[in-house]
Amino acid sequence: MNGAIAPPDIRSVPGTEQLRAAAGRIRERIVDMCASQEGGHIGGSMSLVEILVALYFDALRIDPEHPDDPDRDILVLSKGHGGIGLYATLAERGFFPVERLAEYGTAGSEFMAHPHPEIPGVEMPTGSLGHGLALGLGFALAARLDRSDRRSFVVMGDGELQEGSVWEAAAVASSQGLDNLTAVIDRNELQITGGTEEVVRLEPLADRWRAFGWHTHEVDGHDLDALRAVLHAAPEPGRPTMVIARTVKGKGLPFVEGQARSHYARLSGRQRQRAMSALRAATERSQA
Amino acid sequence: MSNATAAEPKTVLSSRETYRNALMELLPSDERLVCLDTDTGLFNGVDLTPAQDRYLNLGIAEHTLMGAAAGLARSGRIPVVNTMATFAASRALEAVKLDIALNDLPVKIAATHSGLSAGHLGPTHHSLEDLAVMRALPNMTVVVPTDADTTDRLFRQSLELPGPVYLRLGRNATPDLPAGAPPVELGRIQVLREGGDITLAACGPYPVHIALEAADQLAADGVAATVLNAHTVKPLDTRTLREAAAATGAVITVEEHWIGGGFGGAVAEALSEMPHTTVSAVGVPGAFASVAGGQQYQLERAGVTSWAVAARAKEILGS
Repeated sequence: MNGAIAPPDIRSVPGTEQLRAAAGRIRERIVDMCASQEGGHIGGSMSLVEILVALYFDALRIDPEHPDDPDRDILVLSKGHGGIGLYATLAERGFFPVERLAEYGTAGSEFMAHPHPEIPGVEMPTGSLGHGLALGLGFALAARLDRSDRRSFVVMGDGELQEGSVWEAAAVASSQGLDNLTAVIDRNELQITGGTEEVVRLEPLADRWRAFGWHTHEVDGHDLDALRAVLHAAPEPGRPTMVIARTVKGKGLPFVEGQARSHYARLSGRQRQRAMSALRAATERSQA
Repeated sequence: MSNATAAEPKTVLSSRETYRNALMELLPSDERLVCLDTDTGLFNGVDLTPAQDRYLNLGIAEHTLMGAAAGLARSGRIPVVNTMATFAASRALEAVKLDIALNDLPVKIAATHSGLSAGHLGPTHHSLEDLAVMRALPNMTVVVPTDADTTDRLFRQSLELPGPVYLRLGRNATPDLPAGAPPVELGRIQVLREGGDITLAACGPYPVHIALEAADQLAADGVAATVLNAHTVKPLDTRTLREAAAATGAVITVEEHWIGGGFGGAVAEALSEMPHTTVSAVGVPGAFASVAGGQQYQLERAGVTSWAVAARAKEILGS
């Protein structure tokens, strides 16, 4: 690898307090997009925020000024319905101006519900579940062939794990010994019709990934320090890494937190105000 | 152009073996190429050591094959992926559509056992939908080589295209094209024979020979047929096709594919602006095979024969 992008240096990245503030702003922008004409996938975007912040502000070797740098790390948001969470994070990270988020859902805009690679920072179009892990596997194979230390990250939903293609790619990735591949599961335990364990059981989830040959961690998916630590931990040689991030769907919005109905919402002006008040109160509490 | 007649079937390499030999020749020196396999067995006994790190057997995992190929292609490689045609076009279709075609990535899909070439392996292994499926995808180039030589040439040409290519390969050795056929150029129809009464447009190894045999039979009855080898289904060489259609007024398509949506459909679409041209399709009726039998038996049973094509021509010409 040519080293065009400096390797990640924990001292050069913002402190957790700054990242927490960034997460707060990202949540507000998600709420704004959900108050737009089209509404948005609010629950699974809110649950995803700390995962994306830990990745984009710390773990990933990326340069928003050079989104196509061949030495960059790759992130595939396999749960493409977290698109508005990704857009808000990419804007906060500087891939494009925050003002562009106002385009979301407007006719003629590239900011659709699911990410499209026309948007700076989006690596692959996703939305149909069960595609991201194979894509991430391909990026990891390419890095190995290039003898590059590029890493490949895939963020999946937990309901997504009901797609058989996930387990196909999981088996291939461990058989290929790809320790440059890391997957994170946004384990919010909910899908459209209810709890994942009621629809199609996923537990014991960590055991399943271990049985598939993955070096598996379980963390609180809203704890930025815990996420940063695990995403920075050296991979186990010859094995891909799985991070099961336990999260709350709709995190930060008391009136939808932990409810399946938070999957998609178009917020009224009043709901938007309530949401913003709740988010700001939470930010103040965390700073107190 | 030569006024070619049907060749004596000559046992040569199958298109899948020809493709494999070409790939194995190119793989060591062309660092862009990565050969992704899905336990096909096509590379058994082949010396892979000159480019061992760029041959990867991912196991029986066709969705993962296509997704991984997309990631590799996005990273600057040219993945050549190996599976059977029906697994590429049906089982792994969504990954082909969303991961490869949507991103317009240079993944080359080497799809073996196409059409009825899997013979007695049965309908699970036949691919009679793949042309309809693949030509429906934006950005996808669809190529159907006719014999060993065209396979070699079209495969090498497909590697230089910037986007994805579906290379429809057979399982069995099929006859060579007659000597003197025009040079093989991806995207250009080969005019194998010229006649003013009717056009026989064929796609695939046996269909081309069936068309040439039908042309011989028609010639014996005083009917002069143009025979086209449309080895590139998409993009279709509509110029050559329209010229032949304009000259003869009627086109019969011949293909080893379900009639719905395949090569005949592509020709009908291309000629839809020529309302006075008759287009008639000879292909496999929309039914699954239900009995054992080799490729040629299955084709005959499906009614894809030279005498069926000749009879259709006479019906159209009212002779």
